[in-house]
Amino acid sequence: MQLPSALRTRLAGAPGAAEPLPVERDPAAGAAPFRFAARLVRFPREHEFFEDGDVQRHLYLQDVLSQVAEAPDRPRRAFPSGHLLDAHILEWHDSLFQILSERQDMYQCLVEGCTEKFKTSKARKDHLVRLHLYPADFRFDKPQKGSGPATPGASRHTAIKALGDDREQSEGEAMEVCSEPAAPSPAPAGGRWTYSQRIPSTICFGQGASRGFKSTKKRNKHR
Amino acid sequence: MWSRRLGRLRPVVCGAEELRRRRREREAALRKARREQQLVSKRLLRDDAPEEAGEGGVVVILGEAEVQQFLRLAQRGTEEKERERALVSLRRGLQHPETQQTFIRLEGSMRILVGLLTSNQALLQLEAARCLHELSHAEQSVVAEACLPATSYLLTYLSGHSSDFIELCLYTLGNLIVESEAVRRQLLPQGIVPALAACIQSPHVAVLEALGYALSQLLQAKEAPEKIIPSILGSTLPQHMLQLLQPGPKLNPGVAVEFAWCLHYITCSQVNNALLITHGALSTLGLLLLDLAGAVQRTEDAGLELLACPVLRCLSNLLTEAAVETVGGQMQLRDERVMAALFILLQFFLQKQPSLLPEGLWLLNNLTANSPSFCTSLLSLHLIEPLLQLLPVSNVVSVMVLTVLCNVAEKGPAYCQQLWPGPLLPSLLNTLAFSDTEVVGQSLELLHLLFLYQPEAIQAFLQQSGLKALERHQEEAQLQDRVHALCWTALHG
Repeated sequence: MQLPSALRTRLAGAPGAAEPLPVERDPAAGAAPFRFAARLVRFPREHEFFEDGDVQRHLYLQDVLSQVAEAPDRPRRAFPSGHLLDAHILEWHDSLFQILSERQDMYQCLVEGCTEKFKTSKARKDHLVRLHLYPADFRFDKPQKGSGPATPGASRHTAIKALGDDREQSEGEAMEVCSEPAAPSPAPAGGRWTYSQRIPSTICFGQGASRGFKSTKKRNKHR
Repeated sequence: MWSRRLGRLRPVVCGAEELRRRRREREAALRKARREQQLVSKRLLRDDAPEEAGEGGVVVILGEAEVQQFLRLAQRGTEEKERERALVSLRRGLQHPETQQTFIRLEGSMRILVGLLTSNQALLQLEAARCLHELSHAEQSVVAEACLPATSYLLTYLSGHSSDFIELCLYTLGNLIVESEAVRRQLLPQGIVPALAACIQSPHVAVLEALGYALSQLLQAKEAPEKIIPSILGSTLPQHMLQLLQPGPKLNPGVAVEFAWCLHYITCSQVNNALLITHGALSTLGLLLLDLAGAVQRTEDAGLELLACPVLRCLSNLLTEAAVETVGGQMQLRDERVMAALFILLQFFLQKQPSLLPEGLWLLNNLTANSPSFCTSLLSLHLIEPLLQLLPVSNVVSVMVLTVLCNVAEKGPAYCQQLWPGPLLPSLLNTLAFSDTEVVGQSLELLHLLFLYQPEAIQAFLQQSGLKALERHQEEAQLQDRVHALCWTALHG
């Protein structure tokens, strides 16, 4: 297909166009038996016109094996979500939170974009399960009340490691802040877990953090 | 991005003819699958770590006991390295469909995997995510559907901090999305649209490409026009998509390909294309078309057809919207550089991907049908002759070329005077010799317009044995009325 040489320079030139030639139609143009009419054509989704291009697209997707390169010294980080962190930090470490939540709905929905707020974490959990189809044991919700008495004075929570628990037993373990040696206090009469009321000195999260979150979950004795 | 793809070509042992035959068979099978709406395209991200290559590429099938053991070790091992190794072994096993089946049949296995995915150990999370990714890529639906419990977490992690991890989650989600309506029914209320809308603001190219892939899968769902596309259009996703399609130094081809396809799935669903036009889709796509033609000229065109195809489709479909007239689409509808760009692409397709010629000609039809301006550009840029050179390619292409020529001719004498004298008449006499009824029919329509608006052409037609060419078809039911009318005009007109 030979293109005029001026075409390439035209492409690189300024926008614009020549004055259109005058249009002058004769009614005999569309008279039977002739039936041509200039018309815009639209193809819907499943039209077979798209077959070839769709097959090429499919081949493109299937033939790709891309490398997921491993960084040699990958910093150890968990992968929390920014939204969850905001919610979490607010709930767990603001001593005002407890007071405020008695007066207004403080538990915000965990789904990005949903602006619902709830009075209790249970109410929020119900909302998540019913409306957003979250699993009933979604692990980033607040732990349920009455999960059992804490082991008093336990310092199992060394800085980096806190492993070996039967995690699936936890009824929704929240993400905790590291370097907090205090053990969770037993569930108060109001029925909510809290840490000690002390605001922690360091909060580890975000990029470049060298510590992950550690768990305060106790070792599960039975299998 | 383009060179990365090309680098993945596997070494070839058999001959070129055999390859071509296999390719044809494969494409025929894919076309059939598409016709039956069974074309499922999944993407696989796989780590080419040295130890895997050392095994000679053999995937080990794990038995139930082994899967259990690896899971137990991963979950309860005392040393982190040990736990990680267990997961790696599991992941490698999961490359095989049998291991996948074993895994999903094992009670509690997904629960454990999700537990590891949501643990606070980054490397375990990553390996667990990779296991999930392998499962998502399975051919059997039942395996992918077993991953349902993980979706809320995958979505949660889209607002995390590690771009590698996000990329993996996105590809996994994309694979799961395409697999079953059950997954999609769950993902929508779980907030996938706002999650993607937030994630699309990531500066990471790999994340964006993965997001585009996942979104393209979501948009292809059969229930998309009613259940998915409206909320996509109601989000900030369209504006961001169009931004990622803006030509310029920041345009990433891999990313652009994904979002161009997303845009195509939206536009061809005809949900609310007027909205896209108000967001400037025509302008962006028009500029992108110019950019693509420029890339062809600079021969930076490896894989370019992958992006050109959806761009052509979007432009063609958007041009059919009534909104085009009212919403200031006027500039795009007159810029003759668009015509120049399209022909540069047509030439490129002729050489590299002839199956895309109809798509390019579709745009040409929609540009010229109602536009005296573009018809004039076709003439003033001397593009009639190049257009005629496409006639021998195929019947489909012939019909479309002739249709475009009719678009020009029907605008009246001023246009037909530019069509003859010239190469048009000899070409028409050629196409009249085709056996395809539709090609001949369209040729007759064009002849009629030419005779009507440029009667001087009739003599030339007669002198070049035009009548004989016509008479070949006088018995053909679909053609005879028009043949007779033209014969009459030629002899008496």
